[in-house]
Amino acid sequence: MPDRKFVKGNEAIAMGAIEAGCRFYFGYPITPQNEIPEYMSAHLPGIGGTFIQAESEIASINMLLGAGATGARAMTSSSSPGISLKQEGISYMAGSQIPGVIVNMSRSGPGLGGISPSQGDYFQATRGGGHGDYRTIVLAPSTAQENYDLTMKAFDLADEYRNPVLILGDAMLGQIKEPVVLHPYQGKDYNRDWILTGCVGRRPRLIKSLYLSEGELTEHNWKLHQKYQSMKKDVMFEEFLLDDAKLIVTAFGSVARILKTSVKMARADKMQVGLFRPITLYPFPEAALRQISERVPSFLVVELSTGQMVEDVRLSVNDPTRVEFYGRPPGSIPSPNELLDEIKKAYEKLIGR
Amino acid sequence: MKQVFKRPESLIDVPAHFCPGCHHGIIHRLVAEQIDQFGLRDKTIGVASVGCSVFMYDYFDVDVLESPHGRAAAVATGVKRSRPDNFVFTYQGDGDLAAIGTAEIIHCANRGENVTVIFVNNTVFGMTGGQMAPTTMPGQVTTTTPFGRDVATAGYPIKMTEILATLGGTAYAARVAVCTPKHLMKAKKVLKKAFQYQVEGRGFAFVEFLSSCPTNWKMDSIRANQRVIDEMIPYFPLGVYKDVAAAAEPESPADE
Repeated sequence: MPDRKFVKGNEAIAMGAIEAGCRFYFGYPITPQNEIPEYMSAHLPGIGGTFIQAESEIASINMLLGAGATGARAMTSSSSPGISLKQEGISYMAGSQIPGVIVNMSRSGPGLGGISPSQGDYFQATRGGGHGDYRTIVLAPSTAQENYDLTMKAFDLADEYRNPVLILGDAMLGQIKEPVVLHPYQGKDYNRDWILTGCVGRRPRLIKSLYLSEGELTEHNWKLHQKYQSMKKDVMFEEFLLDDAKLIVTAFGSVARILKTSVKMARADKMQVGLFRPITLYPFPEAALRQISERVPSFLVVELSTGQMVEDVRLSVNDPTRVEFYGRPPGSIPSPNELLDEIKKAYEKLIGR
Repeated sequence: MKQVFKRPESLIDVPAHFCPGCHHGIIHRLVAEQIDQFGLRDKTIGVASVGCSVFMYDYFDVDVLESPHGRAAAVATGVKRSRPDNFVFTYQGDGDLAAIGTAEIIHCANRGENVTVIFVNNTVFGMTGGQMAPTTMPGQVTTTTPFGRDVATAGYPIKMTEILATLGGTAYAARVAVCTPKHLMKAKKVLKKAFQYQVEGRGFAFVEFLSSCPTNWKMDSIRANQRVIDEMIPYFPLGVYKDVAAAAEPESPADE
């Protein structure tokens, strides 16, 4: 019998983190992700871990930076306005090559915005977010199960690349309650010859992001660039009913999940529609999309924003003029029927009936 | 012949980049001496801040982590919680700790993190070219207070040691100077205590050094040292402001 638990999406993240060996959590309250710090505060002390409710999002991310530099598996979580505050620390972690997991159960903006789901943080997540020419790996779950699984994966990717990894969910994925199958973390050993432990029997180590000498920073940035390029081997996406599809709908996270139902409805309505769902938003599955677009050129991108990921899809496919877009600002979640109507419109325009 | 003075083992043998008359070099040496004396060189993780102090990793022969501007106390929290058996200290200037890093230092102290904070107060942003710091003296001319700091609009110099001494989590808080041999000898004793606090796991220890910045003060070193005595010490009185171990018999704060 699999170990199934009926849990909230936020709890699934916390459970996945602890299973993956996360023993340090630093956070600050913000809706809609409070179940994560609450879960961590209850469970970490009993297993020798540390929970700190920090004075700010800025302090949280810098505690993560400090713990990460010692090789500890550590996490912070927040939601959009709080993630904006963490960008300074994320940039420093990227520049100093310090691993860490950052969860954004995003809400709506700009500014204080609201607490409803939104996908308006796509640009911030996938373009680095803070200052400087850097990238973070971005994982976009679409179920509570994936919250659990991808959180474990996030720790591996962070350690493998010595880079911050973002989990980009939203209010829906944090608050949804559904069964999650728990499974043991299959750990790997990662290179630890850079962590700070005190220089017993070795030369002192230095972890920094400041490079002032001639040519030093150029070299450092090239090195980082090569690392970001190498992340492409870890690209993840889901393909659903693509074999005979004439129109491919593309979405990530919670919207992709709703869209899956709409795709099934469209199939029942004799439309040959499939779904392509990026799971890693960085690295973006551009090669896979390009390859598919050579066979199936027509796309509909759906986002809970006025259009962000659609730019990456248009950059990836062969013919960007055959990429339709349906987006809406935060405030309401589209129903499968509403998205079916959008599929019909795009289908009639690009394929005909 | 008996050797009476040498470079501490924990200090790398390279020429310092600091301006002539700057106190950073002296303070570096005092800190390194304590690292040596407590036998902590291979147990230490230093946290560098932003400003002239950032280059501590060019001088201290220990593991060092560079922090974002003002965040050293939060970074040190992450390090120490993860490595409680290591000796963790931050080295921060007044632009870093008393301006952009005020929240981090207050809460680090208030949580009673078992770390040692070295705070270098020279009343000015040094590295960026001498702008006003929160610690700039009333009337002091800087590049952003060309008519002198006007307390009516720019506020008053912040007394960090006094503020931190009020917090429950602070175990030890003291202010020292290194402008004369007499001051320096006293500073050594205070620093030793601040180290001892962490080694014994007694909680947050804070030492503020009144430091000179001849370049940005536009003075020679002798006059800069004199300014510490004439202007800074009267406003920032030296002494031990909190010492939980000696709480039964408190020293007078302004024992200078």
